[in-house]
Amino acid sequence: MSAAAAKAKRAVRRPVSIASFAQSENVRRDDQHNEVEMLMPVVAEVFANIGITKNDIDFICSGSSDYLIGGPFSFVTALDAVGVWPPMPESHTEMDGAWALYEAWVLLQEGEIDAALVYSFGRSSPGNLNEILALQLDPYYLAPLWPDPVSVAALQARALIDAGKGSEEDFAAIASRSRKDALSNPKAQVAHDIPVETLLRDEYVVSPLRRHTLPPITDGAAAMVLAAGDKAREWSDKPVWITGFDHRIETHSLGGRDLTSSPSTAKAADVAGVADGPIDVAELHAPFAHQEIILKEALGLDDGVTINPSGGALAANPIMSAGLIRIGEAAARIASGQAARAVAHATSGPCLQQNLVCVLEGE
Amino acid sequence: MSGQTTAEDLGPVTTLATPIRLDFEFTPGVAQSRFLRGLEKGRFVGQRCPTCGKVYVPSRGSCPTDGVPTTEDVDLANVGTVTTYCVVNVPFAGQSIEIPYICAQVLLDGADISFMGLIQQIPTDEIRMGLRVEAVWVEPEELTPSLASVRYFRPSGEPDADYETYKDYL
Repeated sequence: MSAAAAKAKRAVRRPVSIASFAQSENVRRDDQHNEVEMLMPVVAEVFANIGITKNDIDFICSGSSDYLIGGPFSFVTALDAVGVWPPMPESHTEMDGAWALYEAWVLLQEGEIDAALVYSFGRSSPGNLNEILALQLDPYYLAPLWPDPVSVAALQARALIDAGKGSEEDFAAIASRSRKDALSNPKAQVAHDIPVETLLRDEYVVSPLRRHTLPPITDGAAAMVLAAGDKAREWSDKPVWITGFDHRIETHSLGGRDLTSSPSTAKAADVAGVADGPIDVAELHAPFAHQEIILKEALGLDDGVTINPSGGALAANPIMSAGLIRIGEAAARIASGQAARAVAHATSGPCLQQNLVCVLEGE
Repeated sequence: MSGQTTAEDLGPVTTLATPIRLDFEFTPGVAQSRFLRGLEKGRFVGQRCPTCGKVYVPSRGSCPTDGVPTTEDVDLANVGTVTTYCVVNVPFAGQSIEIPYICAQVLLDGADISFMGLIQQIPTDEIRMGLRVEAVWVEPEELTPSLASVRYFRPSGEPDADYETYKDYL
């Protein structure tokens, strides 16, 4: 493909801005609220931030998974948190909210609508997450063995060490930095300042992964409003624009992948045009510390890029929302003037199987 | 044969059973907890929408029309109206009630949404829309925060409700 053709391919047809973002408290276990009660304050806040109501929205898309609470159609009842009367076009992805955002963005590209609400919610606590996440593996060879997500991630970390791409010290350094940065994130669930040497004295959970390299288990929700056309200007003096957006997937079979690299992230980064300009901030959805190394390489980020100033998924990992939150956090850095151009990343599936890349710019 | 079965004896694998069972803890949330605590005391507690005034029972904590929290508790009557019904004649796995039996949507007086209840003490061919029914609760010492606290609904003896009073709730 010629450079011009590649450029044309990733051309954003219609500028879309992230007009508002909100997230719930991130907690280990919210056993006080049902999904609707968890979501309602977040949806109210995302509207109140820019002084709008549900009547200003043309489309709703959500990301969640019924496997997490063991109840069918929880995404339908979750709509009660918005109150969709009169009826409104609505969709759902059984994916992290970042993919719901992508669907809304595609619809906004078509020009039929000007504003969309995206939200996601997930409860890690009602069931056994180790068992639930085993069921996303292939149902013939892997799922019947019930491998837990930490063991699966440990295979990836071991492969990374064997390939000479990272060490246990590197993993600890990422965890130490992330949780230290999380001290300034009021929504962080795990935030502290512990030096690498101390972290390395942790016991292994599954070798070579120590406790500090694992994400916390989190209940939480997040919401975002997207705007295009006049509404983008109306709802923000300094809009944060999505200037590149793509997502890619790799094979379901862990044995069919080189777990030390992420070609799907690299492909998505290429289509989204990450390398078209300098990146100031990257919010990467790397639930396990070692995955940041893989993503940094796939996205072509140099050492000058600030990675996960929010603390990332190591600070809070609300299932189904942690990816959407990366995009919200990156947008916040641009809105505050701390960054001019940022990249946000979301992942889904075991060992970074599916990856989404979103480039954001101010003006 | 040495008594040991080998893979060759068994032939190729043709089917694979992979039993899956997941256990969950249900979180009713604030609003539904109030409903369940009400059942424990032998009464129905709904919640009113501050915007449209509708009373939901049980409430999930929001008005699905307006998307705002329902915070005002409303004690509802023990009597209501059958808005629609079904006579169950088909046996199925796990069935705990002798067939035929009547399953009906009951609109409690004061509520703006019906919920499903078992109707007893009436021949199945006499069930009808508009029938006035009352809840029959388990003995006080058997009350729990569960719909199992309501044994069933039975005819209250009042005249049938006028269609106009429940036509918006079908």
